[in-house]
Amino acid sequence: MSEQTKILILGIGNVLWADEGFGVRAVEALAERYRFGPHVQLLDGGTQGIYLVDQVRWADVLVVFDAVDYGLPPGTLKRVEGAEVPRFMGAKKMSLHQTGFQEVLALADLLGDYPQHLLLIGVQPVELDDFGGSLRPPVKACIQPAIALALEFLAGFGIGWEVLEGHHERPLDLPDPALSLDAYESGRPSEVAAYRLGDPRVLAGVGGA
Amino acid sequence: MSIQTPNGFTLDNAGTRVVVDPVTRIEGHLRCEVNLDEHNVIRNAVSTGTMWRGLEVILKGRDPRDAWAFTERICGVCTGTHALTSVRAVEDALGIQIPENANTIRNIMQLTLQSHDHLVHFYHLHALDWVDVVSALKADPKATSVLAQSISAWPQSSPGWFRDVQNRLKRFVESGQLGPFMNGYWGNPAYKLPPEANLMAVAHYLEALDFQREIVKIHTVYGGKNPHPNWLVGGVPCAINLDDTGAVGAVNMERLNLVSSIIDRTIDFIDQVYLPDLLAIASFYKDWTFGGGLSSQSVMSYGDIPERANDNSAANQLLPRGAIINGNLQEVHDVDLSDPAQIQEFVAHSWYTYEDEQKGLHPWDGVTEPNFVLGPKTKGTKTNIQEIDEDAKYSWIKAPRWRGHAMEVGPLARWVIGYAKGMPEFKEPVEKVLTDLNLPVTALFSTLGRTAARGLEASWAVHKLRYFQDKLVANLKAGDSATANATKWDPSTWPKEARGVGTTEAPRGALGHWIVIKDGRIENYQAVVPTTWNGSPRDPAGNIGAFEAALLNTPLAVPDQPLEILRTLHSFDPCLACSTHVMSPDGEELTRVKVR
Repeated sequence: MSEQTKILILGIGNVLWADEGFGVRAVEALAERYRFGPHVQLLDGGTQGIYLVDQVRWADVLVVFDAVDYGLPPGTLKRVEGAEVPRFMGAKKMSLHQTGFQEVLALADLLGDYPQHLLLIGVQPVELDDFGGSLRPPVKACIQPAIALALEFLAGFGIGWEVLEGHHERPLDLPDPALSLDAYESGRPSEVAAYRLGDPRVLAGVGGA
Repeated sequence: MSIQTPNGFTLDNAGTRVVVDPVTRIEGHLRCEVNLDEHNVIRNAVSTGTMWRGLEVILKGRDPRDAWAFTERICGVCTGTHALTSVRAVEDALGIQIPENANTIRNIMQLTLQSHDHLVHFYHLHALDWVDVVSALKADPKATSVLAQSISAWPQSSPGWFRDVQNRLKRFVESGQLGPFMNGYWGNPAYKLPPEANLMAVAHYLEALDFQREIVKIHTVYGGKNPHPNWLVGGVPCAINLDDTGAVGAVNMERLNLVSSIIDRTIDFIDQVYLPDLLAIASFYKDWTFGGGLSSQSVMSYGDIPERANDNSAANQLLPRGAIINGNLQEVHDVDLSDPAQIQEFVAHSWYTYEDEQKGLHPWDGVTEPNFVLGPKTKGTKTNIQEIDEDAKYSWIKAPRWRGHAMEVGPLARWVIGYAKGMPEFKEPVEKVLTDLNLPVTALFSTLGRTAARGLEASWAVHKLRYFQDKLVANLKAGDSATANATKWDPSTWPKEARGVGTTEAPRGALGHWIVIKDGRIENYQAVVPTTWNGSPRDPAGNIGAFEAALLNTPLAVPDQPLEILRTLHSFDPCLACSTHVMSPDGEELTRVKVR
């Protein structure tokens, strides 16, 4: 691989839906601690679906963090590489953005710009149906191991990085500070104040909360 | 049994029930049930959905200046328009005036969204309801080239280009990974285009996908980043320094020139590719006049794209504001979002409880107390509904009404209002399309009319983008570089309690956020989104909403392939992207398609 190999590290998912936010939180945490060269882009892709095609086409190497339904015990971290990635993302549709992302990959292919190397670092979610909620502890505990897997993969391409200490400027392509993990969690209204009751279908998995 | 609704529709639920049930998490859930008569014509339609009920669930107690960042994440499709609506609501509550440049830049952001969203909707979310991808494989590339050159001067139209696209498509289909083209109803007799027109449309599907990335770069320039551009209460978070030569962050002449060139290329693409394609496709579907629904009688727009900053009068909105009721195009009523008698939400057929469910509530007084009960005629269980009972509560969407009327919102509503007001920018393009296709004005009130209005609006928006970009540059050169007003940034300057409303015309229709601020924090926050209007269930009087009305009297070519249902629902650009399960009458899953 040449110096010019372009790397996209993409977090996808919706931060407003508990463990759905894993991908975005992982890339946010990565940016907190590590700084890369200009050919490595870190991106909070949210639930943008086909709007991400351009970024994917730009990349030679694509690393995706996401909440994935592997059918494994909740909180399990698993990496999938290469041709398996799109199949995996479409195997069990857990949410819109997964379907959307499988389509993103297909469209990049159709346009003739498919990444040469693909890595999906996914975690089996504990809880999705909690609007306004944050990562559950077992999923949050996967962030650092997930980052370690990503770094190991990048090292294989000869990519280096700088470890950051203390406070530093936040990269642009991350959630606004108002949505950062700490602010998001500490500002959440209480269940009573927000009247977070209702929709039995949404709450079905919570055990009747 | 046949019944007449107060808003003039005949419903008959005697025939075969077909259930189309998309399931989704992010943008909400839409389910649709219809009854077909013996000729497979839709005689009853029931739209069931959830929009995330109550943003107050996540916003209560938070800083009003941060609300935009949360609302931007509600949905993956219209991020920026929620953010803009949110900052406008806060500014309205606190009486914050914004600089002229901020208004111009917000218009540029919103018009960029309109142009981009309409283009992507047409090619990537809606075209495949009209275009048969598999048929494109049978096209003659040479004849396709002749067709393309006969309708547009767009240079990329050689036989070699269309052959290349066809080969790529063939390879894609043969590899078995149809991807975005999976689960289409290819070969359904409701597809009317010849193979060459199908191939041309598929080629432009790819070109549009390639091109759309250019448009969103405008969001990156003025919003700092994309996806998820930045917004600011009091202005725009965008420093401008014309003389700047590379300092971090500021918008300089080089960035302004970049935006300008993107606008020029977008004008070319929309006027030379999108509009000619739209007319070419429409010319094969002139007989398919279904899907008008409410559009010929009750339409509404809040208006948007203010010419000058801080003037919320109807006359200052370049996208018209107004309401038309009872089909009377001679009279366009003004719309006041803070008048408690105008916009009200009803829950008689929604899974919520009010003290008096015959009455509606204005969003500032909105109550969101869930009550998930099913009517006695429901088939199935609460977690597995096979057939809904529409005489009872049947949707998570409330039923918003304007002075008691169910309204259609969106591009067609805006263009009907502009046409009715006699505004030349709206009236003339509509008349030209009708003349070119040799259609009467009534043809406007249809699924195709909705799709055509969106195309005309994309062109309108990108030309207005040119106008506002030039206006911005002229104002900057005249020495005004203010982009934000921070005089009321500090919460200590705020009243103890305040309430406000912000609106935009989102690509898919009228969007309103109502906020109540108390002691510097959000006390209540209600959003009434476009799909709440269009997808609303019945109200206590029995008026049906826009989706339900639009589906009525449409024949299905193949009853278990609901292509025509999707065509009409997609024409509203509903804010949901989902996988659909099509159930046979006995509840067995037949087909699964993607609805976007």
